[in-house]
Amino acid sequence: MQNFLSTEKKPIGPGPQKNRLKFLYSKKAAPYIFVSPFIISFLFLFLYPFASAVNMSFQRVLPGQVEYVGLSNFERVFNPTFYQALQNTSVYVILTVVILTVLPMIFAIFLNHKLMKYSTFFRAAIFIPALTSVIVAGTIFRMIFGDSDGAIANQILNLIGLSPLEWRYGAGTGMFLMVTLASWRWMGVNILYFLAALQNVSNDLYEAADIDGANVWQKFRNVTFPAIKPVVIFLTTISIINGFRMFEESFVFWETSSPGNIGLTVVGYIYQEGIQRNDMGFGAAIGIVLLIVILIISAIQLYLTGAFKKDD
Amino acid sequence: MKEKTSQGKLFTTLLVVLFSIVAFLALFPVISLVVASLSPASDLMRFGLSAELFLSSLEFENFEAIFSASGAQYWQWYVNSLIISGVLIVLSLFFSSMVGYALALYDFKGKRFIFLLVLLILMIPFEILMLPLFQMMIAFQLVDSYLAVMLPLIVAPIAVFFFRQYAVGLPKELMESGRVDGCTEYGIFFKIMAPLMLPSFAAMAILQGLTSWNNFLWPLLVLRSNDMFTLPVGLATLLTPYGNNYQLLFTGSVLSIVPIIILFLFFQRFFIAGLTSGGVKG
Repeated sequence: MQNFLSTEKKPIGPGPQKNRLKFLYSKKAAPYIFVSPFIISFLFLFLYPFASAVNMSFQRVLPGQVEYVGLSNFERVFNPTFYQALQNTSVYVILTVVILTVLPMIFAIFLNHKLMKYSTFFRAAIFIPALTSVIVAGTIFRMIFGDSDGAIANQILNLIGLSPLEWRYGAGTGMFLMVTLASWRWMGVNILYFLAALQNVSNDLYEAADIDGANVWQKFRNVTFPAIKPVVIFLTTISIINGFRMFEESFVFWETSSPGNIGLTVVGYIYQEGIQRNDMGFGAAIGIVLLIVILIISAIQLYLTGAFKKDD
Repeated sequence: MKEKTSQGKLFTTLLVVLFSIVAFLALFPVISLVVASLSPASDLMRFGLSAELFLSSLEFENFEAIFSASGAQYWQWYVNSLIISGVLIVLSLFFSSMVGYALALYDFKGKRFIFLLVLLILMIPFEILMLPLFQMMIAFQLVDSYLAVMLPLIVAPIAVFFFRQYAVGLPKELMESGRVDGCTEYGIFFKIMAPLMLPSFAAMAILQGLTSWNNFLWPLLVLRSNDMFTLPVGLATLLTPYGNNYQLLFTGSVLSIVPIIILFLFFQRFFIAGLTSGGVKG
């Protein structure tokens, strides 16, 4: 803080103590003092770690000894385990993006419908899962989707004539658990985003569409969708980023190692290599590759949804 | 016309039935957790939660255990979580509101650039910075401290962004009249403008509090000793298949979310504003 202030003081030159103090209170200096916490945290908790992540990815980091190893960390990244992690994460991203955009949209349109009743109650009930931590939510999901025939999910399967599943031991069911857990937690929040956007659609528009004889689909395409399109773009963007960051939803089902790596995610792989095996250079390289993947996918997504075009 | 209203009634009924099912699915795991906490714990971990448990008689033994000496460890985690979340709420609201306020209501050189940096940080996943930050904590000997857990969250870009969007709508004339009355720039913020931003403080207190209360990966890295664990990290240690303290896992989970749900019922509006803060119009 002191350093930052002293550079700000320079323009007026070294003055008597009183003058300097006065400057700190001036209208010119105040905004810089206000934003200084951000500047400091940006420099020390973002820029420096970011630069050292890039730097580290070219190093072999051993206790008390660091050597540059060129691109060898990056060459090692592209191995079967990483591809497995990337594949799991990508499938998870695709499923959560679709489920957590389409379902909340449909639910919000219904909740906003003029014939809907008890809308406030339902909204609150569906929101409650967002208050749980993944660890607590995962604990209970493990109980519901227990491996024995007596666990409630298997009892239901049994009831409808299907054979019980060992949920945590198959790739498909494992993915189902993670996606269900995430969808369950975020559904209510995403519904609220859509509801907020739907409030802006005036009823007159629907009435006008009715007079023109528009059917349900035409009303959705021409009246509803334009209003909620920004929410669709926003939610797909954050779902992609959050999906690629996923770790806890896997951790809570398998801790740090899953059978056949069915639950391994890219961040889980960073954790395994960087923390558990203490190979920080390699972990950092995985992180950089992850960042590049996220940036490319987000750019494609923003291009496809036309977020760049509408710049007004 | 009559046909139309009966059709409408049918539609309403269908919607209510549909959403009753959805709401049931949303609440079912929470209810299950409460039922689990009132059932024999070791069987649960081995056999999972069965439908019969919902009908069987409930027992409060598990809760007796957590409130006795064997629950001491758990309450230590609870205290840790309370301290970390409490301090973090105060610090992050203080700093983030200042930054957001200045970005909204002052004209100064570099303002646009700083705002762009805020947005940039929002886009970069924390997990990429995690290893160097962890190294930093080791270097500064902060591992296993409250401060290490809090540091990355103290100036939260999402909160800065939210405060900025909120403050943009405030009347600048109030600042001018404050100046005329002889307030300093800081007096204007703390005495005049910050009180006007109160609803945004409430929303961000909830967002930051919940984020910190449920934070997992970073505390998992920097916390080492059992006595320093936060609730999610501590509860996760009970999740192993070799554990013998499943009672604590279930009752502890219930006691960690029930206060939040009660707060939610009282302050719904602010919870909703806080958790949907990412979508504020730019």
